[in-house]
Amino acid sequence: MQKRLVAAAWLIAAGPPLALAAAADPPRGDPARGEAIYGRCLACHSIDRDRTGPRHEGLIGRRVGSVPGFQYSPAMRKAGETGMVWDEGTLDRFLESPTRFIPGTRMGYAGIKDAQERADLIAFLKKAGAVR
Amino acid sequence: MEAMQPSFRLFSARRLFLTRSGQTVLSAAAVALLAGRESLAAEQGKGAAKTSDVSILNTALGAEQEAVAAYQVGAESGLLQKPVLDLAVQFQGHHKAHADLLAKTVKTLGGEPVQPKRTAEYRFPIEKLKTQADVLRFAAGLEQGAVSAYLGAVPLFANRDLSKAAASILGDEAMHWAILRQALGENPVPDAFVS
Repeated sequence: MQKRLVAAAWLIAAGPPLALAAAADPPRGDPARGEAIYGRCLACHSIDRDRTGPRHEGLIGRRVGSVPGFQYSPAMRKAGETGMVWDEGTLDRFLESPTRFIPGTRMGYAGIKDAQERADLIAFLKKAGAVR
Repeated sequence: MEAMQPSFRLFSARRLFLTRSGQTVLSAAAVALLAGRESLAAEQGKGAAKTSDVSILNTALGAEQEAVAAYQVGAESGLLQKPVLDLAVQFQGHHKAHADLLAKTVKTLGGEPVQPKRTAEYRFPIEKLKTQADVLRFAAGLEQGAVSAYLGAVPLFANRDLSKAAASILGDEAMHWAILRQALGENPVPDAFVS
């Protein structure tokens, strides 16, 4: 009994099993797969021009709702005013469920539920959207 | 263009099918479903849900207006040959019907439909369109995006009639996309599911 308690205490002290820890890590994105996923965005978005949605050039590191001349929703402007910036974390949460992450956004899209697909898309956006 | 020739036989057959099916089917049925329904506004009377639905519809309307303008650019480019040109004009007609329905529905819900931009404001990549295949590939990209956009919108509508109408438009866009892929010599239906 005492041995079992010691073993249990050791497991707790050691933290979560490696498999669980690995599962919590964000997946590594593949820009090539992300380019194919970006096809889903092409009704409204482009890398280099504003359309129904804003351009994605320079997206990473950009303050939310800040492309000059683009008519954002009040919700998106407000998010930007609070200091929110598009990075891997905010993009991941937004892409998972745009209307839940920023209620009131005009991006009426249910979201990408697969974490690997989101990572791939973000990897593509980082690469293709890099300002040259 | 030579590589596309074999696919034109099926392409033409699809065109015949579409022509016989009649492009007014969607607009007539959908308008009856939505724009003419007085109950829609009443059902959508709850503020937040109504505002959200109007927002989604207006986003879709903006994309449809852009598609209409894009097909106009393609039709006037001089790069499309018959029967591709006829098909492009027909697809443009579908997008006009979608836009009309969406605008009417926005009004029914008490919203203000977005207005189309001037063609130049869309900043289409005209400099990259040098062949018929370029135009078809450009159009196919828009149609693929439209399929995904409607797929992403369907679960968000508070009113399920709007989801049904969006799914109806999605089906039409998917047919456009498949036929454009066929014309480009690509597998017209590469997967069992769209995403």
